[in-house]
Amino acid sequence: MARVTEAAAADITVRDGKRGFSLRAFLGRFGALIFLIALVVFFSILKPNSFPTPLNLFNIARQASISGIVAIGMTFVILTGGIDLSVGSLLALAGIVAAAFYKGGTGLLDTGAGDTSGIGVGGAILVACAVGLIGGFIQGLVITKLKIPPFIATLGGLSAFRGLTLLIGNGGPISAFDDSFKVLGQGRIGDLVPIPVIIFLVMALVAHIVLRYTQYGRYVYAVGGNLEAARLSGLNTGLIILSVYMIVGLLTGFGGFLLASRLNSAEAIAGVGLELTVIASVVIGGTSLVGGEGGVIGTVLGSLLVNVLTAGLTQLNVTSYVQQILIGLVIVFAVFFDRFTKARRN
Amino acid sequence: MNGQQPILRMEGISKRFPGVQALNNVHLEVLPGEIHGLLGENGAGKSTLMKILSGVYKRETGRIVLDGQDIEVNNPHHAQTLGITIIHQELNLMPNLTVAENVFIGREPNTATFVQWRALHRQTRELMRRLGMNLSPTALVRNLSVAEQQMVEIARALSVESRVIIMDEPTSALTENEVMHLFSIMRDLRTQGLGIIFISHRMDEVFEICDRITVLRDGEYVGTVNAAQTNRDEIIRMMVGRAVSEFFGHGESHPGEVVLEVHNLSKTGTADDPDKRVVKGASFSIRKGEIVGLAGLVGSGRTDLARCIFGVDRRDSGEIIINGQPVAMKSPRDAIRAGMGMVPEDRKLQALFLAMSVEANASIGSLGDVARFGFINGRLERRMVGAYVNKLNIRLARFDQRALDLSGGNQQKVVISRWLALKPQILIMDEPTRGIDVGAKAEVHALIRQLAQEGVAILMISSELPEVLAMSDRVLVMHEGEIVGQLSGAEARSPGSAERIGAMMTGEHDHAAAHSIHELR
Repeated sequence: MARVTEAAAADITVRDGKRGFSLRAFLGRFGALIFLIALVVFFSILKPNSFPTPLNLFNIARQASISGIVAIGMTFVILTGGIDLSVGSLLALAGIVAAAFYKGGTGLLDTGAGDTSGIGVGGAILVACAVGLIGGFIQGLVITKLKIPPFIATLGGLSAFRGLTLLIGNGGPISAFDDSFKVLGQGRIGDLVPIPVIIFLVMALVAHIVLRYTQYGRYVYAVGGNLEAARLSGLNTGLIILSVYMIVGLLTGFGGFLLASRLNSAEAIAGVGLELTVIASVVIGGTSLVGGEGGVIGTVLGSLLVNVLTAGLTQLNVTSYVQQILIGLVIVFAVFFDRFTKARRN
Repeated sequence: MNGQQPILRMEGISKRFPGVQALNNVHLEVLPGEIHGLLGENGAGKSTLMKILSGVYKRETGRIVLDGQDIEVNNPHHAQTLGITIIHQELNLMPNLTVAENVFIGREPNTATFVQWRALHRQTRELMRRLGMNLSPTALVRNLSVAEQQMVEIARALSVESRVIIMDEPTSALTENEVMHLFSIMRDLRTQGLGIIFISHRMDEVFEICDRITVLRDGEYVGTVNAAQTNRDEIIRMMVGRAVSEFFGHGESHPGEVVLEVHNLSKTGTADDPDKRVVKGASFSIRKGEIVGLAGLVGSGRTDLARCIFGVDRRDSGEIIINGQPVAMKSPRDAIRAGMGMVPEDRKLQALFLAMSVEANASIGSLGDVARFGFINGRLERRMVGAYVNKLNIRLARFDQRALDLSGGNQQKVVISRWLALKPQILIMDEPTRGIDVGAKAEVHALIRQLAQEGVAILMISSELPEVLAMSDRVLVMHEGEIVGQLSGAEARSPGSAERIGAMMTGEHDHAAAHSIHELR
């Protein structure tokens, strides 16, 4: 858990006054990775025949990929000290609008009838992304212009986007697409590696590069680290905050398409509770909820960790009720662990 | 009063914060039935001493004796049970509760778990009668005036049977009548044998109400005098009396053409008080290569003026002209584009990204210079920051060391680097040496001087009068939102200048000050 950035390790060695080995620093940097590996080993020992197979592991990764893509966007938001509770609803909205257009409808109450006579796969992806981007843009404006706290603004979004989704889909799903629609969500490279996993990892890499090596990324950390100082240093803080909500919106919209593609159905109730999984992934990955610290690599590990835990427990026939309890404990433990590895700061 | 046993004695109190000795062997003695003034410049250690007395900080040496007994004050609640109450500058009331609830918060008369409202209200009414106030116990505190709220705080202090009441600038937000009423209550409390510690910057009030006065300076005890046997000049001398020559010497400066002009700038409203006129028609100009010192007490409007000029806060009216061009100055971005920089008052809250590296802190304003297509070139960034680390002698373990782990002086130098990297024409520095050690202070002074020689126009705000006097080519003095006086560098460094400025700062305009205002206009 804890931060997995190089800076974390560097800081700690400075505090120690030398570059010697520090267990705390090591755990702080690699904690999430170690815990992830430990979980895989644990489940592999208990289920040696079914758990550690490439197919099973890739299936778990595929499960992680859609919430993981949204979690990448959420990382930007949380780094600025914000939060986005609306991702589950926005994901469903983007999926259903894209599906309606794909089926030849107009997306607004007209969900179309045909199978392919719409806008094509590329068009559907663009529509889903656009819906997400617009949703994020509206919420970003509410937060930066109307000065509504992100928690409230996106809580409003959580409800409003879901309502809109149910309205458009008339409460039900839009299902049964042709193969070209399904290929991104269901396809595998070499019959093994799921395409969503590859998309997830590529997006994570891009996000990592943006956050670590660009001016924009530095500004995101600065806004979350100290908003007042960022403003006094001449940063356009309103625009930076607006942009992170657009980024999470865009990725959520794409996630909405991907989920519809994988399930061969755009469900009006898709993504209910997604915000919890996503925020948990980010937090378990060591990004601080007050902003300014953390990164995308942690989020990738956090997403995998949450999904390995759920999948492993399912395969051990642990009920989903117990799983929820355990996930809750892991979230709290992760934040405690993060504190512990940074304890010598003050 | 001589020969009486003091109600409170603080003896040899010392306290160190990282990088600064806040208090060094300080004494304070309060007699029963005494109003004792505690004076000193901002940063002299008054509030640290009072925080030790009220249990917020732990002292490192010395003893506290209350009614002849050595005491330890563990925390603010403990202080209250010992009979020590502090009434803060920012009142500490719950705005949405009633007067009675505020007075008795946490100590409501009750049977089992239910509050006995009738008893609560009766007791509150009695306290209010004792204070000569006609406040309803059921009035909501948020509907009260500041003066009335203060009475609620005093009632609370009385209700816990305080022996010592500390009043930290209680008059700063009161009208004259309200001050008179407060003083009559203080006199009344005095006859009841309480000890009152009165902190104020208003000299006339101190002389009106206090029996004795203790002066602190730079965390040191200067002395205690009987109010009847001293005068304003002596007190001001005790407060600012450090020899000016201890500071970094004044170099030759050759101010050039005017770069910044401020005309008739006014601002109304603070976070606490939307109607307060914080800056009233301020006008001045600064030349290239000139250091203008802005003196004034905290709350005199000097920081508000700076923040308006830099576009952080919106001004109500007034013009800001840079190099002859009026600038809208709606945000710090406008100011930076116009060639301005500002080292803000509180570096941790307003300037530093504590969790980020020294490098990122220094380069955040000028990343455009070291980035191509939005990608930061790490080598260029390090070269740029490295140059300032050398120039400013910033002591680091590593470039990626976090700002948090630096000393105050080095943190301040990192903040200054950020602005130097933007090559400003005008640099506003608000308390540039607050809370940094003596060595770093001298280095910052040398740097300010050097920048001026390189042609940067500098507006330096400081609560340390000797610093202002030693560094400035010109000194402006603010009092209650107005620029009330101006001194040339030569005047500032002539004998008696500290007393003169001190008098202007506290609103004691002498003829000389009045003359200066006249000249200024």
